[in-house]
Amino acid sequence: MAQIKRIKVGMASCGLAAGAQAVFDELKKIAGDIPVVGVGCIGHCYCEPIVEVETDSEPVFYSRVQGTADTAQKILALSEDGRFEIPALRKKNEMVFVTKLAGRIVPCDIEEYKANDGFSALAKCTVMKPAEVIEELKKSGLRGRGGAGFPTGMKWSFLAAKQNPEKVMICNADEGDPGAFMDRSMMESVPYQVLEGMLIGAYATGATKIFIYCRAEYPMAIEHLTIAIAEIKKAGYDMLPGREKPLDIVIKEGAGAFVCGEETAMIASLEGKRGQPRFRPPFPTDSGWNGLPTSINNVETFANIAPVLNYGAENYAKIGTPKSTGTKIFALAGDLKNPGLAEVPMGVTLAEIVYEIGGAKPGTVKAVQTGGPSGGCIPADKFDVKVDYDSLKELGAIMGSGGLIVIGNDRCMVETARYFLSFTHKESCGKCTFCRVGTKRMYETLQRITEGNGTEEDIAFLEDIGPKIRMGALCGLGQTAPNPALSTLRYFRNEYEAHVKEKVCPSLACSALVDLKLNPENCIKCGLCRRTCPVGAIDENFVIDNAKCIKCNSCKELCPKKTIQRVPRGEGFNSNNK
Amino acid sequence: MSAEFSFLKELGTDRSSLIKGLQLVQQQEGYVSDEAIEAVAAHFGMAPAEVEGVLTFYAQFKRIKPGRFQISVCDGTACHIKGSPQIQQWLEAELGIKDGETDSEGRFSIQVVACLGCCSLAPVMSVNGKVYGNLDRKKLVRVLNEYRKM
Repeated sequence: MAQIKRIKVGMASCGLAAGAQAVFDELKKIAGDIPVVGVGCIGHCYCEPIVEVETDSEPVFYSRVQGTADTAQKILALSEDGRFEIPALRKKNEMVFVTKLAGRIVPCDIEEYKANDGFSALAKCTVMKPAEVIEELKKSGLRGRGGAGFPTGMKWSFLAAKQNPEKVMICNADEGDPGAFMDRSMMESVPYQVLEGMLIGAYATGATKIFIYCRAEYPMAIEHLTIAIAEIKKAGYDMLPGREKPLDIVIKEGAGAFVCGEETAMIASLEGKRGQPRFRPPFPTDSGWNGLPTSINNVETFANIAPVLNYGAENYAKIGTPKSTGTKIFALAGDLKNPGLAEVPMGVTLAEIVYEIGGAKPGTVKAVQTGGPSGGCIPADKFDVKVDYDSLKELGAIMGSGGLIVIGNDRCMVETARYFLSFTHKESCGKCTFCRVGTKRMYETLQRITEGNGTEEDIAFLEDIGPKIRMGALCGLGQTAPNPALSTLRYFRNEYEAHVKEKVCPSLACSALVDLKLNPENCIKCGLCRRTCPVGAIDENFVIDNAKCIKCNSCKELCPKKTIQRVPRGEGFNSNNK
Repeated sequence: MSAEFSFLKELGTDRSSLIKGLQLVQQQEGYVSDEAIEAVAAHFGMAPAEVEGVLTFYAQFKRIKPGRFQISVCDGTACHIKGSPQIQQWLEAELGIKDGETDSEGRFSIQVVACLGCCSLAPVMSVNGKVYGNLDRKKLVRVLNEYRKM
């Protein structure tokens, strides 16, 4: 048998939520001299908790590991049971480049990072002139991974051109898009890699102060970065060549406002104010944090810097498509078999991501939502689109930060649009009238439609106000807020029309438009449904009274024989409608 | 300043630390009371209304004392698609309180949040920071019963 050298348990947030702590404890109890360590996330969230056993030959992976003594024994014996292989179709499409170390090294151990080429890119850069570093980045074609896709090298050159003795660089770690979690994973799994990117950035641009603006909802990311910064200071990496003072690196916790992902809003928030965006110009590079020249980049962009420079700008530019070079990490979630993180070269098709990597069954998917609440829905018949910044824009969606939500056939697109508008209208900062009032009106209209009270004028209203909000809003939040409604109207107009004309929700998702019905044929009269119903809507003959029913689905979920179904409104007993 | 809020001194009086100050208060007290707002305002040399203006802008800050067990129900995109509205409805029915409320015994409070970043386990909720994923009705009730016993 192969010799075990070390055992690694995936203990990022997603691993812990799946029960990795118990796995770790059990292994620790019996491992004896073999070190058991917690690592980050390798991206295969669907089969957490994951354990990797380092041996003197190939490593062995185990998935969905139970936190029991028995399982721990099996792992130590390198049992064949429960072994994990990366699915072949995923392997074919993915390209592990930026995430190479994620989940493979102990996140906060600086020595292990160094042993894996860590800080070698920084060492290379500091013997070059700052301008040469920026030139390399420009050659690589790397574009900002936060969503807008602005060329990183160019952004840095603007800051570098400023002659101020003090300059600020901000790392946007506010990952506010619900459904996106690649930045969290990178900060938790490879904090040094993210920080090395910032050190190189500070060297190239002349920045003297670095802020990391991180969501308070990510306590582990904050913890790991805090440890990593302390280690970097201890090792002296924060003392860049030619500088008199070490870099000032500060983590600021965001306080929960989506609009703070917008650069001028983030700067206001860092100044201790309400996070409202402001007019540009002046651009942050001219006058940013406390009036100093400031540049903002996303976590994933910073994580790219060291690997890009190590790999060589020209080689990197060959990955992906000519206008969108390199790889992109996507966070897959929703109605698919294998949710998790996947890094792919730019230019793969959506079909490859959703069906081959995500394992969704063709025919079961209605659409994907990219770019979070600012993005759009792309219908399944357009899945042959190549994923890069420009192609997605043409379809009315955006690349966004990388959240990719798969929407199954049984979901309602009107309800999905309503959900996004409920998010954006609450997150609108209130500065611009069109955004503040317009998103609220759109939300109310969508709410009305999902409740079965919509009219054809409501659809026309959505199409009218959407573009106006886009034009009348100052920042990205307002400019993109109408996208979910407009893109679903573009591709799923039939669903809107069914809601307003026939008062039917084709997916049986909108509760106001459905009844619940029990099919007596298979019913075994066990009474579980009657006991669980919170409103007493099921009588002794097991008939559901829809006038009382609040459509909470409690009975449907519990029924052991699956006799209870949602049916179009009017088909159930005592329906509100007919 | 009352001794209760003396920890603010460590921050210095630069207004860019206002949010950090409010976060410290909330960490200490669980919420931001009227007294705390007065103390923070005095510390930074601002009007209490200005402090409240900043505070109400951010979703993180609570003005009502939360329960011993703070439940955050995720309503991010993935969770929403996977049925988080249902989870909210069940929770509200089970505990008799709504989003942003605390029950009369001060035991549970519910908060709907945008995203906990565990989308692959959707739908999820967290109780005092511990995440519970892949929720269905049975699992939800089981988790609640665990905390009811505590």
